[in-house]
Amino acid sequence: MTSVAAEARGARPRMLAKSLAFVRRQLLTAWALLFFAYLMLPIAVVAVFSFNHPKGRFNFKWESFTFSNWTHWNAIPGIQSAVVLSLEIAVIASLLATALGTLMALALVRYGFRGRGTTNFIVFLPLSTPEIVLGASLLTLFLNFSFPLGFKTILIAHVMFCVSFAVVTVKARLVGFDRHLEEAAMDLGANEWVTFKKVTLPLIAPAILAALLLCFSISIDDFVVSYFVAGSRVTFPIFVWGAARVATPPQINVIGIAFFVIAVSAMVGNVFLQNQRAKQA
Amino acid sequence: MGFFRLFHRHQGATPYLLLAPGLFWLGLFFLAPLGFLIYQSLESGSIVTGFGFHFSWQWSNYWDSLKGYTGEFERSFEYAGLATVIALVVSYPVAYWIAFRGGRWKNLLLLFIVAPFFVTYLIRTLAWQTILADHGLVVRTLIDLHLVAHGGRVLATGTAVVAGITYNFLPFMALPVYVSLEQIDQTLVEAAEDLYANKWLAFLRVTFPLSLPGVVAGTLLTFIPAAGDFINATLLGSPTSHMIGNVINSKFNGGLDYPSAAAMSFILMAVILGLVLLYARAVGAEKLTG
Repeated sequence: MTSVAAEARGARPRMLAKSLAFVRRQLLTAWALLFFAYLMLPIAVVAVFSFNHPKGRFNFKWESFTFSNWTHWNAIPGIQSAVVLSLEIAVIASLLATALGTLMALALVRYGFRGRGTTNFIVFLPLSTPEIVLGASLLTLFLNFSFPLGFKTILIAHVMFCVSFAVVTVKARLVGFDRHLEEAAMDLGANEWVTFKKVTLPLIAPAILAALLLCFSISIDDFVVSYFVAGSRVTFPIFVWGAARVATPPQINVIGIAFFVIAVSAMVGNVFLQNQRAKQA
Repeated sequence: MGFFRLFHRHQGATPYLLLAPGLFWLGLFFLAPLGFLIYQSLESGSIVTGFGFHFSWQWSNYWDSLKGYTGEFERSFEYAGLATVIALVVSYPVAYWIAFRGGRWKNLLLLFIVAPFFVTYLIRTLAWQTILADHGLVVRTLIDLHLVAHGGRVLATGTAVVAGITYNFLPFMALPVYVSLEQIDQTLVEAAEDLYANKWLAFLRVTFPLSLPGVVAGTLLTFIPAAGDFINATLLGSPTSHMIGNVINSKFNGGLDYPSAAAMSFILMAVILGLVLLYARAVGAEKLTG
């Protein structure tokens, strides 16, 4: 038994392990690339069909290329008012929900008080309730009080299901917060309001912004709850739902892709800005 | 000036003042409606006998919905369970790949996971209608591979519904899993390898257990909305693949049979809560509520 033989015997499994590791690494990458392709496939379909010139009422079969869906995005009756309503609701609901949620997050992280566990549970509960139950229960409430369905009821519903998301988002940031910074400000003679305004608020601002954006995107995408409480008002998702039964005008795709492009380019811009800032620091 | 005393613990009324507006909103528009839902679910009367419902401890609403819609209830949990498992299997490797090989592209890659969300849910599902259409590329390929019988279809089957649900809730799975993987201290994995665990064993014994909180969160975030979903079953399925959400929706928004729809909503919520608690106990996640 020479040492060379032993070495050779050791080398083969090592090589095998190495090549296996290589294959595995490539496999993982290939899997990830396939995953992203799968994720983007429907979006690509929506984008391509936004340039379609369908013959019938349905936009399922490719006919011919046209820009007119984009230039006449509001040519379908009702589509513009639906988009406007969705935007109005999303803006007001995300502002309100983030304000309420931030206050709640402050209380939940900063204080030990009776009922904290219960409050956490109440905040968690809407997140673990299916949307259809949220919508159905709100509808029974409004019907019981003969509260007229419309803008107000949609807004109430959207604030309700956004609040929990806002609390969770801001809480995550507050938990990792260095309290010494506030103590330092107070030691330097700032009163509590000034400390809050000058130290706390700027530090949790990214979380508040994240909560705003999250609430906005949840609100603008919501269909189920809105559908239950909207009465005769039509948000953009409700418009799509109604349209999907009788016709699918390509303008629906145009709006969908327009939202997508705006949101994604804003986020990509943000990522690059952060990368740049990280490089400078 | 109690309101501004944000920085002292135990400041009496301050936390309650901070909580008041939010709790008021959730109490009035989330908890109270649930109460009304229970109340409504025990009422009797129907649209046929005039529009008057009256409270009468009508427990039969519950039994009748369970008996009459057993299939829909079963399908809801079956489809949601299937979609959750598939979403986990599909997205775990990707979350792993981003967390450990993403480098400085991590944030951009994450963004791509969230990006499809910015095209409205309904439009995404309609796009799947186009993709899975009867003479489309996907179905023809599946027929050529003999995975689908000649002349068979994918659209309007349970498979399409599960596929749609899986796709629509994928980010809910991928993101929490990524977050928990990202937080793993790599030196622990190295330590396992120093102790002669091979890569696979190190993954099974160290990395995977440490990522469990993310898996739990992702599973819940996927399963809960999936079980109540009715959009995928409406747009991609057929009446034989309808879920309980379809029934609740049609009874509320079409049939106006509020009491039994309320009973079904409540059963759905109770079953989900029960499953969540069981699951949380099984995997030992105490800090579910944060």
